[in-house]
Amino acid sequence: MSQEEKIKQELEDKFSYLSGKVNITRARRIFFSVDLQNLAEIIKFSKEELKFNHLLTISGLDEGENLSFVYHLAHDCGLILNIKVSAPKTNPVLKTVMPYFVSAEIYERELVDLFGAKVEGLPKGNRYPLTDDWPQGEFPLRKDWHPAKE
Amino acid sequence: MHDSHKFNIPMGPQHPALKEPEGFSVALKGEKILGVEIRLGYNHRGIEKACEQNTYTQDLYLIERVCGICSHTHATCFVQAIEEIAGIQVPKRALYIRTLIAELERVHSHLLWLGVAGHEIGFDTLLMYSWRDREIVMDILAMLTGNRVNYGMNTIGGVRRDITPEQANDVLKAVSQLEERTKYYIDVATKETTIIKRLSGVGVVSYDDAVRLEAVGPTGRASGLDRDVRRDDPYAAYGELDFKVITDNHCDVFGRTIVRVKELMESYKIIRQTIANMPQGPIVVKVARKIPAGEAISRYEAPRGEDVHYVKANGSEMPERVKIRAPTLANIQVVKHMLKDRYLADMPIVIAAIDPCFSCTDRMVSIEYDSNKKNETISWATLHDYSIRWHRERGTDFTDLNKRFKAGLKV
Repeated sequence: MSQEEKIKQELEDKFSYLSGKVNITRARRIFFSVDLQNLAEIIKFSKEELKFNHLLTISGLDEGENLSFVYHLAHDCGLILNIKVSAPKTNPVLKTVMPYFVSAEIYERELVDLFGAKVEGLPKGNRYPLTDDWPQGEFPLRKDWHPAKE
Repeated sequence: MHDSHKFNIPMGPQHPALKEPEGFSVALKGEKILGVEIRLGYNHRGIEKACEQNTYTQDLYLIERVCGICSHTHATCFVQAIEEIAGIQVPKRALYIRTLIAELERVHSHLLWLGVAGHEIGFDTLLMYSWRDREIVMDILAMLTGNRVNYGMNTIGGVRRDITPEQANDVLKAVSQLEERTKYYIDVATKETTIIKRLSGVGVVSYDDAVRLEAVGPTGRASGLDRDVRRDDPYAAYGELDFKVITDNHCDVFGRTIVRVKELMESYKIIRQTIANMPQGPIVVKVARKIPAGEAISRYEAPRGEDVHYVKANGSEMPERVKIRAPTLANIQVVKHMLKDRYLADMPIVIAAIDPCFSCTDRMVSIEYDSNKKNETISWATLHDYSIRWHRERGTDFTDLNKRFKAGLKV
């Protein structure tokens, strides 16, 4: 059994709701989606049990009604786990994953600034990457946001 | 000074270490740093947004300009993601050429870093020497690609320029020259008292902290963190090449210096292999303008550490989303940790030791004219005019000088 299949098996054995949902897209790449409320336990399990000890980044996506967020976790063997969650655009609330990955802070701030995500548990600090006087409610990476024409 | 006195000193955004903007707010007690807050974003240029409004090919040229040093890095990382989504089999020769350019880029970047590090510790002889030698690799890159930076080698499905046997020969000659010089730098870095004393015990990150803070690149490897995307998640031709991942256990700026100079030797080894083993055949395959819907994540070991690109395609000519995570962003938490409880005077070299690149990290030009108006993206011509006007208002006017230049007069 390949490393990818082993990880898939362990995930599906641990979380019944993942059964049949975990896709191995190529060598060293695994993608799947989960409900928002299950994210924390999957991240915890992936880090502590499966040893995915490196958060590469979090990618935000504007998918119309929803905003989606892909957590890219890497293993020392080169495998990447891509976990996608979605939240309604009207109230895109996430919980910080900083308890598992300290590095998440800057990636989560990026989601706050560019997508308008609300991240619970994020400590106070400088925003990133927009300016301090950036107008409220303007989220540049949402699809309905366009830079003003000259 | 009274013992309880604590000062907050703003440093930057112009410019605490390298020639790029970043803001630091340093809490000091005497000369000791109690804590550091870092403000990034001064180089945010909206590249990810712009990518969604341009075709894949246009994006490739834009993304090459995310960084002036790791230009091949970003272009390759991006193009790999597209090729994976579209299921393109890139010709082997193209993969070898990509690897060759990648390692030449690492050589120029590491030599550049060595000079900067020398400069930051007041050892400018090292700056002069290493930057002189860096010209050898810059000339080679210019010969192979037509440019010193922003090589434009990549295209979706392969590379744009082939390497002739004569060019390959020139590369080998240059590599031998560089190798001799690098041996000298390894000698200097490991034996020169000034360097050892100045860099040892500065900017310390233990192995456990490097793991916890997820340090990437030479910064992590100098703390014994044995991670290198080239070996762990091989791309281009790395899977077929023989090289060592350099690690060190000094856990300080001295260790980071050793890792980088030794990595240069590994790069020469890789360059020789790419030339010796380069398969014959085509360098590019034709690719449709529309990329089928899908997603991919691509990694690349940049000179500064791991670069990550996530691309989502929607079946059109333009990507749905492009996400870039440059290595410096991953090392920001590490810098904060390195500076804590250290002396203010160590700050420049500690920051420089991660080899930061803030233009990679930030990426948006967006100018706010006034707080009531929406932010606007400024065109090059407007920015140019604005700059002329700004200087003229302050008494500097180059109009006359430009006219004299055009007329071919001596100034």
